[in-house]
Order: sequence, then structure tokens, then C-alpha cells
Amino acid sequence: MYEQISENKRNTIILIAVFSVIIVALAWVLGEYIFGIGSFGLALGGIFVIIYSLVNYFFADRIVLAISGARELQKNEHPYLFNLIEGLAIAAGIPKPKAYVINDTALNAFATGRDPEHAVIVVTTGILTKLDRQELEGVIAHEMSHIKNYDIRLMTIVSVLVGITALLSDIMLRSILYGGGRRENRGGAAFLIVGIVLAILTPIIAAIIKMAVSRQREYLADASGAMLTRNPDGLANALEKISSDKEVLEAANKATAHLYIDNPLKNRQGFLDGMFSTHPPIADRVARLRKM
Amino acid sequence: MVVELVIGAIVVIGALWFVLSYNGFVQLKNRIDNSWSQIDVQLKRRFDLVPNLVETVKGYAKHEKETLNEVTAARAAITKASGAKDKMAAENMLTGALKSLFAVSESYPDLKANQNFLMLQEELAGIESKIAYARQFYNDTVLSFNTKIETLPDSIIAGLFGFSKRDYFQIEEAARSNVKVSF
Repeated sequence: MYEQISENKRNTIILIAVFSVIIVALAWVLGEYIFGIGSFGLALGGIFVIIYSLVNYFFADRIVLAISGARELQKNEHPYLFNLIEGLAIAAGIPKPKAYVINDTALNAFATGRDPEHAVIVVTTGILTKLDRQELEGVIAHEMSHIKNYDIRLMTIVSVLVGITALLSDIMLRSILYGGGRRENRGGAAFLIVGIVLAILTPIIAAIIKMAVSRQREYLADASGAMLTRNPDGLANALEKISSDKEVLEAANKATAHLYIDNPLKNRQGFLDGMFSTHPPIADRVARLRKM
Repeated sequence: MVVELVIGAIVVIGALWFVLSYNGFVQLKNRIDNSWSQIDVQLKRRFDLVPNLVETVKGYAKHEKETLNEVTAARAAITKASGAKDKMAAENMLTGALKSLFAVSESYPDLKANQNFLMLQEELAGIESKIAYARQFYNDTVLSFNTKIETLPDSIIAGLFGFSKRDYFQIEEAARSNVKVSF
């Protein structure tokens, strides 16, 4: 288990490195060829990216909670959930995360924060009422594993980096398409094409990386969650219940969908679905749990 | 020149591994001690809640003197217990006594409607499962510690510094299953 955690921390560093290269390259192209301000543009871009990343890193959880309309749960409202979270935190050997609740009858849950000391577990009121004790225990254990394995940090950082690449590509594409006269003196037509291709492809590649990372983390959280409760069937039953419920969670959107235990948007059609899906198919996850 | 570089590199890597492996042992050892005290924290919380529970039940279930006495006696045994083994036996006795207390309280509708009783029941059920989880975490940690001691190359460090294997917490069936809770 601890090997998984160090592997995750290593992956985080590799991802940051890869994205940094992409971001610097994009910023350089943007500064040098499109705005003609070269290294000055690069420096400006660098400062912007650092500030943007830091703000996101430290406030991402609060932003996500605000977007999702979650509020902190007091112990006397739901002593049962509180005890469950406290117990599983002991089982995982991490500090007790805060409990938040979304007022929605849809069945879902997620965890966020930058490390186990600043972690939050969010559940919908629907999941509290419709799951039995063992199923809820499985769900909380799954979220607890995301926290313990540092998935919450990995996913926060990945989201920030994907956001930056998307932003830079967007600026690039717009300035190429609508930009002023400067570009004629520089690169020429060949460069223009490269720029456009780059601007279109990078956000797509970034998105695919993000989804792939997210899917892989889901399997791992299922497995280590089952290890915490010593009861894989609890989570398997919960996942079946969650997937058979067709209600869409209004508070979720594309930016936060990858956080949830199951895709809250419930859109499972389309030929690109496999590649862009944030979650592995539920049937597959259940099958793996049943085999444990 | 090349030979010296290679030797130097080997020495540096060896020293690094030495430090990392030793620190890994210390970290696990501390985690074991900490998780052991986690169990104690939960047992203490249960110990503190019991008088409150006894008082509450007494008001409603006067005919259950025997069961109530059992609980009080088990609690008293914990204070008197000396040594880990005795204490564990007393704690298990309290687990059993509490279980039968909650079982008999099923037949007192007034008691089951009491807000204070319901709160205590949920608290104690929560503590029982936390005790189980704390023991589970303790055993998980001991498992990785013992594995590290036995496997190469870490076993060399373990031998050098005298890290020795720890005992697992033996979980009895009675302690493993939770106090029955019905809503």
C-alpha cells in the first residue's frame, strides 16, 4: 500500500514535469511568434502560470466545494456518518477528514483536498438515505483510499495543469485566427499551421491523460477501499445501486465529474466515450470486486 | 579514475540505502506504537460513556439489574486489571456485557424512544467499530514491519540494529462483531 503511495507521488512529479514542458513550449511559441515579445512574454507567462497554479493548489478544494453546493455537516446532524468516517480514517491511519453534504437525491460521493491533513469527503443526501450501512461503508472506504493514496492531490494538480494548457491553447488559437499584423513578419505560413495544430491537439492530449489517470486511480481506490473494510461486496453492492440510479447530479459539471465515485453526468454514449471517460465501466469495477 | 568513480558511486548508494532502510524501520515502529495507542483512545472513550449509559437504562429497565451489574462489574474490572492480558480480558468482558445490555433493551419501547439512549447507542456502536478498525490498522502495520524484518536486504539492517518482530493482535470473535444496533 505504501508503495502505491510513493508511486503516486512519483507519478505526480512526472506529470508536473511533462505538463511544465508543454506549458513552457506553448508559452514560448505564443510569446515569440505571435505577440513578438519573445523572452519577455515567456517570463510574463511563467509568472502567471506560477501564481495560477499556487492559487489553484491551495484553494481548489474550496472552489470545488463551492461549485458543488456542499456544506459542512455537523456531528449532531448525522452521528452515524461521522462515526463511519472516523472509524475508516483510523483503519486507513490518516487524520479524520471533514464531512460535507450536497442536498441532492442523486447517489454520489467524492473526496477532495491537497493532502490527508486537508481532506474533505462529500456525500449527497441521496446516498445517505438509499444505501445501507455496509454499502455506505464501502463508499466511504473508497473515498478514504483516494485521500490516503494522495489521489486527491494528483487529481487537483492534473486539473490545474489541464486548465492551464487549455487556457494557453485557447489564447494561441484566438490570436492566430483574429490576431493583428505582427505575425506576417515572423514564422510564415508553415509556422501558422504548426501553431494551429499545436493549439488544437494539446488540450485534447491533456484531457486524455487526465481521464486515463483518473480511471486508473478508480480501480486502485476500489481495491484499497475493499482492503479497509475487508468487505468488497459492500462497495460492489453500492456501485450497482449507484449505477442503476439514473438521476443526474445537477451540482456536478464536466470540470468536477472526474472527482466523483461514479460519473455524475450519466452520459455513457458516443464513440469517444471510452477514451474520454473519467470512470471505468461500473460492471467491470463490480466484477473485479466480486472476485476479491 | 573510472574505477574510483564507480567505487565512490557504490559507496554513496550503499550509504543512502542504509539510511533509508533504517528510517523506514523507525517510521514503521512508531506507527505501530501510535496505532496501539489509538486502540487505547477508543477503549477509554467507551469506558467513559458506560456510567452514563447505565444511568439512562436504569430509569427504564428496573428488572434488568443483573445485566446492569454485569456491565458495572466489567467496567470496574478494567480499572483493577494489571498487565496487558488482564486488561484485554476485562475489555472483552465489557464488550460482551454491553452487547447483552443492548439486547435486553430491545424489549423496552420507552427506553428505545429515549433520545439520550439512542445517542449513546450510536456512540457506542461507533466506538466498537473504531476499536475493530484500530486493531485492524495495528495488525496491518505489524504485518509490514514483520515482512520488512524478514525480507532481504532490509533484514540486514534489522539484524544490525536489533529490530524484532511484533505480535499480532489476536481478535476474538466476540470482540470482532459489533454491538447490535437496530433503529
